[in-house]
Amino acid sequence: MKRSTLSNWPLHLLLLPAVILLLVYCYGPMFGIVIAFQKFIPAKGFLGSDWIGFDNFRYILSLSDMREIMWNTVYISVMKIIAGVVVPLTVSLLLNEIRHRLFKRGVQTLIYLPHFLSWVILGGILVDILSPSTGIVNAFLGLFGINPVYFLGENSWFPYVLVISDIWKEFGFSTIIYLAALTGINPSLYEAAVMDGASRIKQIWHITLPGIRTIVVLLMTLSLGNVLNAGFEQVFNLYSPQVYDSGDIIDTYVYRMGLISAQYGPATAIGLFKSVISLVLISTTYYLAYKFAKYRIF
Amino acid sequence: MHYTTRPMRVFQWFNAFLLGLLALLCVLPIIHILAVSFSSSAAATAGLVRFWPIDFNVKSYEFVLSSGLFLKSLLVTLERVGIGVAVNMLLTLITAYPLSKDSERFKQRTIYTWFMLVTILFSGGIVPLFMIVRETGIMGSIWALILPGAVPVFNVILLLNFFRNLPKELEEAAFIDGAGHMSTLFRIFVPLSLPALATIGLLTVVNHWNAWFDGLIFMNSPDRYPLQSYLQTIIIQRDYSNMTEQDLKTMQLISDRTIKSAQIFLGALPILLLYPFLQKYFVTGITLGSVKE
Repeated sequence: MKRSTLSNWPLHLLLLPAVILLLVYCYGPMFGIVIAFQKFIPAKGFLGSDWIGFDNFRYILSLSDMREIMWNTVYISVMKIIAGVVVPLTVSLLLNEIRHRLFKRGVQTLIYLPHFLSWVILGGILVDILSPSTGIVNAFLGLFGINPVYFLGENSWFPYVLVISDIWKEFGFSTIIYLAALTGINPSLYEAAVMDGASRIKQIWHITLPGIRTIVVLLMTLSLGNVLNAGFEQVFNLYSPQVYDSGDIIDTYVYRMGLISAQYGPATAIGLFKSVISLVLISTTYYLAYKFAKYRIF
Repeated sequence: MHYTTRPMRVFQWFNAFLLGLLALLCVLPIIHILAVSFSSSAAATAGLVRFWPIDFNVKSYEFVLSSGLFLKSLLVTLERVGIGVAVNMLLTLITAYPLSKDSERFKQRTIYTWFMLVTILFSGGIVPLFMIVRETGIMGSIWALILPGAVPVFNVILLLNFFRNLPKELEEAAFIDGAGHMSTLFRIFVPLSLPALATIGLLTVVNHWNAWFDGLIFMNSPDRYPLQSYLQTIIIQRDYSNMTEQDLKTMQLISDRTIKSAQIFLGALPILLLYPFLQKYFVTGITLGSVKE
């Protein structure tokens, strides 16, 4: 049977709006990277501004802040990546042991609620509860005789507050994914193990963990592509000049340099640097994910 | 499965206690904020409020809901959610449909697919985007909040994978009966993908409601900010320069803390109301894109 005589032009037509919008608002900024090689003046535009070669790059490499920002970014995001696997995995294993269905469902419902709230809302909540004077966290610690801690204003605390609050927002979401993978394990494997006299711990070790190994490796691999994304929206809503030393990351620095101080060229140069490294990381992780877990997004 | 041994029963109770505590910890901060927002200024300023309002009153809510900027920004957000969701959903549909065709039938599919993929892999960064938004003349208008993110590539991928799993025979039958691409899309694919569309639609609403950064940088004047951007300046940056003198005076009478709490709660309220639905479609949403041929 002839499959179809339908012509393809309506398909092209359907794609046209998306192609135009992506050309302007995604490919346009990619072309706009030329700013990194210019002494960019908005009135002169992308083509009219003076070209200055690699001067912007030389300038940013000479900045004393650069090392600190790179370190903060990688340090914070690596902690987040590790915690982002360990915590949800543990919680999903524990949840999987709960037999009371309503209780299990109730816990699930509560833990991923923060995922849907914006960092403005969560940031506002955190600023309030972590306040050294009126915050409920310090009031609670006070019961044990601990002096108020300025969690958001001390460099020794700030990165860890970022990691913990990121877990608060996101661990519920990943827990659900792991839990879905856990329920996909063939129950007859457990039955056979029980017949053979395997304890619950042994069942977890020999059946549950191998059963979700693929998804754990996959999610871990994909998150590696985000090493330079330490969470702009979160940091931006929680940090202040007191904690720039420990909490200023690439994205917040680029924002301040580019859009507040109007140093367009150097800011774009840092952004380009980050985009290129991210591209390499993401491509590599997608390739690895495809190779080892047969994962592909298309 | 029943646990008869004593250590197992102890573990069960301990485990349930631990998880219950964890779940409670996740929502207690939100409950605390809610309690503060309904408390008197004196109790809030003294830090006495825990998880239940002290001297219950609604003064803070009255103040917030009568403040011009709050309501104005709420209107901008409603406008943005309305237009933004419609634009996103329509573009998701008409983009996912052609891309769901086999490459043997639609030869250029691969080129289009890569064209979309590149936008996930690489971006120009914030400064060039800012300049492009400026060059295209939409700075300060509602379109600055809609057009730059008008094509949600991830949602397109979710939906096209869903389309690819629909039975091919339906489409073939429609073509043989003389239906064109448009009617196949809107009269066969759309009705069959309603659960998928509901999931994507809900997430799109949440995204538009929650977005704040684009409002902050693309809307020139604070009276055009969407709600979350306005809340960002008030709650996080503590920038009161745009408030009227009258507002500032009233604010001194009520506590700054209870007002902020009321604003935080109001900013989260629509999400809390949508949450039961989000939850229902949520797991569907995660697994939506995972089934491959």
